[in-house]
Amino acid sequence: MSKNSYGEPNMKSAIINARIIDTKNDIDEIGGILIDEKGFVEAIGKEVTKNNVGDVKIYDCANKIAIPGVIDGRVFAGEPGFEYKENYRTLSQAAISGGVTSVVTMPNTDPVIDDVSTFDFIKRRARDKSLIKIHSLASLTKNLDGNEITEFGLLKLSGAVGFTDGIKCVQCNNVMDKIFNYAKNQNALIVQMPQDNELSKNGVINEGLIATKLGLKGIPDYAEHVLIERDLRLLSQYKSKYHIALLSSGKSLEIINEWKSKNIDFTTGVSINHLSLNENDIGEFRTFLKLSPPLRTEQDRLDLIRGVKNGTIDIIVSDHKPEDEESKRLTFQKCATGSSGIETFLSLALEQYHNGNLELKTIVKAITENPAKIFGINAGSLEKGMPADIAVIDLEKPWVVKRDQMQSKSKNTAIEDKKLQGKVEKTFLNGKLVFEI
Amino acid sequence: MALFKTKQAVKYEKKHLLGIQDLSIPEIVHILNESQSFVELNRKENKKLSLLKGKTQINLFFESSTRTLSSFELAGKRLGADVMNMNVSNSAIKKGETLIDTAMTLNAMHPDILVIRHGDSGAANLLSRKVNCAVINAGDGWREHPTQALLDAMTIKMKIGKIEGLKIAICGDIMHSRVARSNIYLLTMMGAEVRVIAPSTLMPKEIHQFGVKVYTNMEDGLKDVDIIMMLRMQLERMDGSYIPSTREYYEFFALDYKKIKHAKEDALIMHPGPMNRGIEIDASLADDINRSIIVQQVEMGVAVRMACLKILMENQI
Repeated sequence: MSKNSYGEPNMKSAIINARIIDTKNDIDEIGGILIDEKGFVEAIGKEVTKNNVGDVKIYDCANKIAIPGVIDGRVFAGEPGFEYKENYRTLSQAAISGGVTSVVTMPNTDPVIDDVSTFDFIKRRARDKSLIKIHSLASLTKNLDGNEITEFGLLKLSGAVGFTDGIKCVQCNNVMDKIFNYAKNQNALIVQMPQDNELSKNGVINEGLIATKLGLKGIPDYAEHVLIERDLRLLSQYKSKYHIALLSSGKSLEIINEWKSKNIDFTTGVSINHLSLNENDIGEFRTFLKLSPPLRTEQDRLDLIRGVKNGTIDIIVSDHKPEDEESKRLTFQKCATGSSGIETFLSLALEQYHNGNLELKTIVKAITENPAKIFGINAGSLEKGMPADIAVIDLEKPWVVKRDQMQSKSKNTAIEDKKLQGKVEKTFLNGKLVFEI
Repeated sequence: MALFKTKQAVKYEKKHLLGIQDLSIPEIVHILNESQSFVELNRKENKKLSLLKGKTQINLFFESSTRTLSSFELAGKRLGADVMNMNVSNSAIKKGETLIDTAMTLNAMHPDILVIRHGDSGAANLLSRKVNCAVINAGDGWREHPTQALLDAMTIKMKIGKIEGLKIAICGDIMHSRVARSNIYLLTMMGAEVRVIAPSTLMPKEIHQFGVKVYTNMEDGLKDVDIIMMLRMQLERMDGSYIPSTREYYEFFALDYKKIKHAKEDALIMHPGPMNRGIEIDASLADDINRSIIVQQVEMGVAVRMACLKILMENQI
């Protein structure tokens, strides 16, 4: 008999008395989840009760919510090359403490994940070192240079779930045209963070009043619009698989809806930071809030929330970008972009439920079912036969974000000292309890 | 007699001087009143005081500067402080040391006051959080240059006797100008009508929210103004095509005898220096002793900086 990570023989277990939300299977009911010896879901729903699961390990989750393990669609893992910012082990610990069981990682590493041998290397590293499930994106262009396309076909055979230049955006129209064209052959997913390099050159903050006050070079929101317009124009020629990684501007949604009304099919994402914060939060040069794309106005934030609500935006991501002290202890102009946020991701998303902006179902869908579908990941729902990746949440529990309590190797949280409501209490990965408060 | 009525003055009590945004009207009045005695002192034969005797002042300049650096140096020396100038070309920053590391190193030498100029906005704020001594911002990026605005206010007050109610036009590269921002904060606070004049490519976004009137041509903007504050074209900060050429800029936005006719007959010209003669200002107009008070600005600069140093040193005790 095999042993699990706690050294106990594997046995059946059951979560009972939880409110189960599984949007893919349209489940929202008080019930249980029966997990088989191999860690797969055997049964789910109100029929699963203490009385009919037999002699199994019982987790009574009364008054708690059980959802499929969260899939974080945009994560910078640090491997290879930036292990001092984050490695698979620290990432895993941070992730499970926030209910995240699968992540989609970015190829902005050193070396860049742009060929099969590097891809195979990180796949093996992830298998050996990571607790959570790592799904890697490979780069769209070699060395992220924006010039030559990578081996979409071979990388896909190796397991790449899609292609992106991550924090970079392919600028050349001709190269992007070829990407859309060639990706169609390989049925490869293109993921892009839309931003025009020239319009955003040297910019570090949203262009507007705050930028003018702080004396910083701004990035106009139309730096995002022109690239979305271009990509969707090209997409309409080829109908490839396309996902807009991050949106920051409310007006982008208008453009997106225009193209959707022409039956152009694609998906979009937003970071939880852009749903929770705006440019005012930067205050007096808070470098942890220097993000790419930049935080924009309160109106943009509200528009983006509305975008999630009405389905224009499909997924919410943490955009977890761990940065070491040295990269952030600089002037706002010179410091690195990004914030570490995988472990606060779910709780921060719940803020939008508690303040009445989003339904719980909408949030759950945007962090489980939808990313699973977009990236083709076997997770995000809990029907019979699925791996039992489960997050159990105490929806009401209040807590305060503290840097020194963070699991991630880098502590650059954008929401230091923020009071949150709702915390992950247990995380199951392949049926095993891997995190408990 | 004090420059302003003393009952309007309240002493500035903060540890650092980082920006005009952090000052109130009574505090500005107090600083300017303090400056007045130093104006008189600086005109005497013996200019040396011992108010800052035993104190160490380090001028940490990451951007080249002639007049601000020498002004701060003189101000410190005349107050009796030991003054050291640190220039970026001599600094370890060039060898990859960060601003904070440099600050920590200097901090270990127990200076009493650090005067910093840096090309990045917010650099002085960052530094002030990491050192024990007082910090004066001598210009950070495009953000603030508080002593410049104070000396400009001092010059205007000395020359005209008031600031309130004056129409003041700030002309030129507003976008990249910390001088413009600090002056806008100070002059609007003191009750002047402030106008900004620039081609729209050099106008920062949302600047109207600072309580200024925005103009994109000199004729309209200069109409009936009392003071014309010309800014230096920051040619080194241009990283795109903001203007087609200095020739075209001169034609439309430089101050010359033709354009100045739109201002009040006795309108005065100011410039923070260094001037690009023939780019933003007509060479002979800059030297017109009936119009230009550029030299007085430099004179006031030393006095105002002496006042700032004195006040911050008093706050340390």
